Amino acid sequence: MALLQISEPGQSTAPHQHRRAIGIDLGTTHSLVATVRNSIPTVLPDEHGRLLLPSVVRYSRNGVVAVGVEAAARQAEDPRNTLASFKRFMGRGLADITRTHQGDLSYEFVDAAGMVQIRTAAGVKSPVEASAEVLRVLRQRAEASLGGDLTGAVITVPAYFDDAQRQATKDAAQLAGLKVLRLLNEPTAAAIAYGLDNAAEGVYAVYDLGGGTFDISILRLTKGVFEVLATGGDSALGGDDFDRRIACWAMEAAQLPPLGPGDLRALQVEAREVKEALSSRDRAPFHVRLQNGNTVDLTLDTGTLESLGANLVAKTLKPCRQALRDAGVDITEIQGVVLVGGSTRMPMVRAAVAEFFGQAPLTNLDPDQVVALGAARQAHLLAGNRSADDWLLLDVIPLSLGIETMGGLVEKIIPRNATLPIARAQEFTTFKDGQTAMRIHVLQGERERVDDCRSLAHFELRGIPPLTAGAARIKVTFEVDADGLLAVTAREQSSGVSAQVAVKPSYGLSDDDIARMLRDSFDHARDDLDARALAEAQVDAERLLDAVGAALEADGQALLSAAERATIQAHMAELAAARAGTDRSAIRQATDALSTATDAFAARRMDASIHSALAGRSIESI
Amino acid sequence: MSETATPSLSAAGPGSDPFALFGLPRGMDVDPHALDAAYRQLQSQVHPDRFADRPEADRRVAMQWAATANEAYRVLKKPLPRARYLIESAGVELGEQDNTAMPAEFLMQQMEWREQVAEARAHRDDKGMRHIEHQIRGAEGALWPQLEQRIATADWKAAADLWRRLRFLQKLRDDIEDARSALID
Repeated sequence: MALLQISEPGQSTAPHQHRRAIGIDLGTTHSLVATVRNSIPTVLPDEHGRLLLPSVVRYSRNGVVAVGVEAAARQAEDPRNTLASFKRFMGRGLADITRTHQGDLSYEFVDAAGMVQIRTAAGVKSPVEASAEVLRVLRQRAEASLGGDLTGAVITVPAYFDDAQRQATKDAAQLAGLKVLRLLNEPTAAAIAYGLDNAAEGVYAVYDLGGGTFDISILRLTKGVFEVLATGGDSALGGDDFDRRIACWAMEAAQLPPLGPGDLRALQVEAREVKEALSSRDRAPFHVRLQNGNTVDLTLDTGTLESLGANLVAKTLKPCRQALRDAGVDITEIQGVVLVGGSTRMPMVRAAVAEFFGQAPLTNLDPDQVVALGAARQAHLLAGNRSADDWLLLDVIPLSLGIETMGGLVEKIIPRNATLPIARAQEFTTFKDGQTAMRIHVLQGERERVDDCRSLAHFELRGIPPLTAGAARIKVTFEVDADGLLAVTAREQSSGVSAQVAVKPSYGLSDDDIARMLRDSFDHARDDLDARALAEAQVDAERLLDAVGAALEADGQALLSAAERATIQAHMAELAAARAGTDRSAIRQATDALSTATDAFAARRMDASIHSALAGRSIESI
Repeated sequence: MSETATPSLSAAGPGSDPFALFGLPRGMDVDPHALDAAYRQLQSQVHPDRFADRPEADRRVAMQWAATANEAYRVLKKPLPRARYLIESAGVELGEQDNTAMPAEFLMQQMEWREQVAEARAHRDDKGMRHIEHQIRGAEGALWPQLEQRIATADWKAAADLWRRLRFLQKLRDDIEDARSALID
């Protein structure tokens, strides 16, 4: 729509100049969406005024997908089809999950290439698809609230997420129809929200214990710059682990026989409620009615909870020490400790953090909302809503990247906590005489051995000229963008023959996968999509009508003949009529027709405005 | 809404000299505040976030600039990589991997320290490790002025030799820190 791009100097520009961008905190337990309105970040509620959307998705046989409170309420009744805490499965294989989640018997896992999937009544679903359902609901909430299409979204991820987990999150956003402006680390988002609100300067620690992940980030805040010095964490440690321990305690205390998935889920749901209750009380009843009609009636006190969770809390302190060391910061330099994530409401966590850092943590912000609010701020900025007090964000990569060398060892190319974006190259050579191909295995992690690191991708570089062993020079370049996502290229340099391969991590979805999933979701949500497409067409039509109307009023007499004006007005009338109806393609056609009919007008206006700008300058300069 | 100017970046990309990139005088004596300020100033102009709403090609160029700025900052921020850059850009190979030709006396001292560290580690002796660390710092403190002087007088061969020794000591100190962290965890 060329007409939208023209505005008179000093006049208000085209309508909808403010770009609608959102920040989404896609959490293990619940998710939120926030935006910046009148320069104030706000979390957007649903139609019942609720801010938190439980990250729970229920698939039914008839294809209906329930998300949020409704799905969460049916967990115990329908555990196999009601997916919760699936963030912990993002970018993970079956082997990873059985290692870290022995207790998760309520799902029927399907081992798939790359990422684990779950069999439900509506077919096999991946954690990416489930995440996309949550994101879709939040997108719709934001569109309804903001009244129109979104420019894009910033989606937060745990700082300690590796490349596979980040790629999976980005894929989920794409599947949900969101344009990702940036994957932002959760503690960094919290630091933005805290730092901007409090004009904070100095070195801060952000301690983020969520439902399923733990992050610690050390940042230096100086005027207008948020610089992450180091980050660390555990992407499989969170409030869920406390719940599981409480559920185990209940099974032992009540001497329960082995339970089915529904009862297990009911115990975990109750465990979470009891844990939350104990943040403000000394003891709380633990009550569950089992499917066989028996009831479990227990009381949990804070002392027992503390002994159940003590080593989980202790597990968070090792990454804290490591992050401080990597940041080159002494603990006494920490100006403040920001708490993020619902699990930091537990008094035992607060006490441990206070003791470790030697100061009471900052609790003047809502640990559930701060990440979404920071993400909204960053989204607002990245969408191009510039202001005088823009800030700059410098984040780091959480885990080292390298490639496999002889003997199953990993040669690191990019060290953890390097500032992003980063490009680093290393040369390798051939092992045998006449070798013409080289297999490149990309890994992420801190350990020395390939088996202890996460395998991200395999690819082969072919066409290496046959030379004696050690003569070829293969340059492998790693590039990590500001989202923390990796691209690898390899090039043979010794002979001028060069081959180059770009890889996408093997845990990421191929474009075909995404296309298939999009098709599936179209089938399930045909009505929803049609409604959305219609709304989009109507909004576009209205914008064009507004813009042409304004242009005619300003320059119609001066730049158009009577016949030209009449043609344009006829197209406007047609579009206005189409817009009032529900035929999407009719609206699109009329929009295109009006747009084409005004091309010449737009060009003349552009010429006229440039001339008048030049004329203005020459007068001034005289 | 005031529109801040968006910079246009040379598609040719930045040069590879970190001193030139930040407008700092070449040499070991880098003012950390001036470096921080120059780095932030440059990043606030070239970071891809400044081009988030611009075409892909612009963002690509921005990413190359920002990556170069990050690498240059890393090189200049700490003295060991800074010295390494100066020596290597003078055309002298440091041969970090294979060049271990060092005075016998220095190597003997190294072995002695390594044995002491291994022993202290086995006995979970944090105090012992702190003591060795202190001694190493002392040795480094004696070598640094020599290295700075060799660099200042462009005596690159001698500078490279001193650099390798300091690199050895740094590695040893890292190992001690690893061992000390392992004691706490």
